[in-house]
Amino acid sequence: MRLDDLLEQTGSWLSSDFSTGCVISSRVRLARNIKGSVFPGWASDEDSLELCETLRPLLMGLPSLKDSLFMDMDTIEPMDKQVLMERHLISSELAEKGAGSGLVVSPDETCSAMINEEDHLRLQVISPGIDLGSLLEVIDRFDSELESVVDFAYSPRLGYLTSCPSNVGTGLRASVMLHLPGLRLLDEVDPIVRGLNKIGLTVRGLLGEGTEPSGDMYQISNQMTLGESESTIIRRLHHLVTEVTGHEKNARQRVLESREAMVRDFVGRSFGILTHAYTLSSKEALDLLSGLRLGVEFRMIGEIETRTLNELLLLTQPGHLQKIEQTLLGPEERDCARARIIREKLKDAVIER
Amino acid sequence: MKCEVCGEVGATVQLTQVVDGEVKKWQLCETCASQEGFNVQEPISLTDILFGMGGEPDSVSDGEKVCSTCHLQRSDFTKTSRLGCQECYSLFSKELAPLLNAMHKGDRHVGKVPRCEQMSAEIAALQSDLQDAINEQHFEEAARLRDEIEILSPGDVSAQARSGEDVDEA
Repeated sequence: MRLDDLLEQTGSWLSSDFSTGCVISSRVRLARNIKGSVFPGWASDEDSLELCETLRPLLMGLPSLKDSLFMDMDTIEPMDKQVLMERHLISSELAEKGAGSGLVVSPDETCSAMINEEDHLRLQVISPGIDLGSLLEVIDRFDSELESVVDFAYSPRLGYLTSCPSNVGTGLRASVMLHLPGLRLLDEVDPIVRGLNKIGLTVRGLLGEGTEPSGDMYQISNQMTLGESESTIIRRLHHLVTEVTGHEKNARQRVLESREAMVRDFVGRSFGILTHAYTLSSKEALDLLSGLRLGVEFRMIGEIETRTLNELLLLTQPGHLQKIEQTLLGPEERDCARARIIREKLKDAVIER
Repeated sequence: MKCEVCGEVGATVQLTQVVDGEVKKWQLCETCASQEGFNVQEPISLTDILFGMGGEPDSVSDGEKVCSTCHLQRSDFTKTSRLGCQECYSLFSKELAPLLNAMHKGDRHVGKVPRCEQMSAEIAALQSDLQDAINEQHFEEAARLRDEIEILSPGDVSAQARSGEDVDEA
């Protein structure tokens, strides 16, 4: 399997044929380190290289990573790193690394492992919608398979030991990607974000750490990893995300009843610009795609599949655009390519008049 | 949210203090935070404030604590917020305690236990039961426990417990 094969698909977590409502996708990751080995930040280059060489075949031999692909951060192109970041398979920290760091990913992208990022291993599972319970089962199985071939750094008191104390314990971070245009239109996102922060949840933008929310996309994840079991963390997050999606549904209803013209204007302008523009920046496209998605969900726009909406989220990002065009593009060229791809994908879409 | 001191201006600074091992959080406005002696222009990380608060102060003559495995120094951690190896957790355990307390729900792991650790915990429990059985002269029970330990971990029956064999066979 090659990287180009991955690009032919959207990643099973985004290729859902059914609408997953305001929950786009869910991810769970586990941070693990190898017993007796110095953490990646303090290990010598030789040690990192040796550990990566040891872990790579072990990972690729696990049932969870059957027929997987390995990508060496030393040899892959910067453009490919960008593509992997946009697909949430690697972090910006891993992308900046070279020899001794890499990614092992299953053909459908549901299971993956980053080698020598902040920790020796970051295992990840991802799926469309909010099926956190199943994801926990999948990642637990993945972790148990791995545990039968390597020993992890673990202390009975502090659990799995990680490079940063903020991950110690379960090493588990679960995150859910939500589309919240209703709450944003009513100016109700901020109080919810503040409330979530107060109870130990983090809210980030589409591309994770350090990104501002755009396109009404928000990622909610747990912050605490010590003192709560994996299932408690997952249950709590699931419960709170369900509350937020309840607020979003309610907000959509209210905004449609009280400010229908504003909603129709947002949807109509989004549709109009996306289907007619010849240049679109990444931020503008994301914001307009939010209006398009809302329009589809309100049945104001027809002949667009959920799959297309999700595809557009990925394909309009800089790395993917350049990969499709098979060449490095300057910002202006990217904006033209982005607008063209969107126009083509939406050529059959119709808006209710 | 309004500042918890003046109650007038919106709070933009979150202050976390550890007093006698107890973590207190305050929401302050910039003016009140400055009056309390915090320079809000230079952001202070949680690590800077909390790391080391639970430890004994380093006297100058001691020099800086250094991990013998990875050579990470205390100041490396305050700079990067990352530890160098699993041994750092033991070396800096006192300094880490308040930080972990402020960051997490609890100070003990209550989640998954790796299989090899489960085994050693199970064996340790059986060893202790075996010792009790020997002390109380329940030799049949002792023999059963010894066999169980032998199955879980061949050759791991402790020397003390092994001496129970003679009695068992008598």
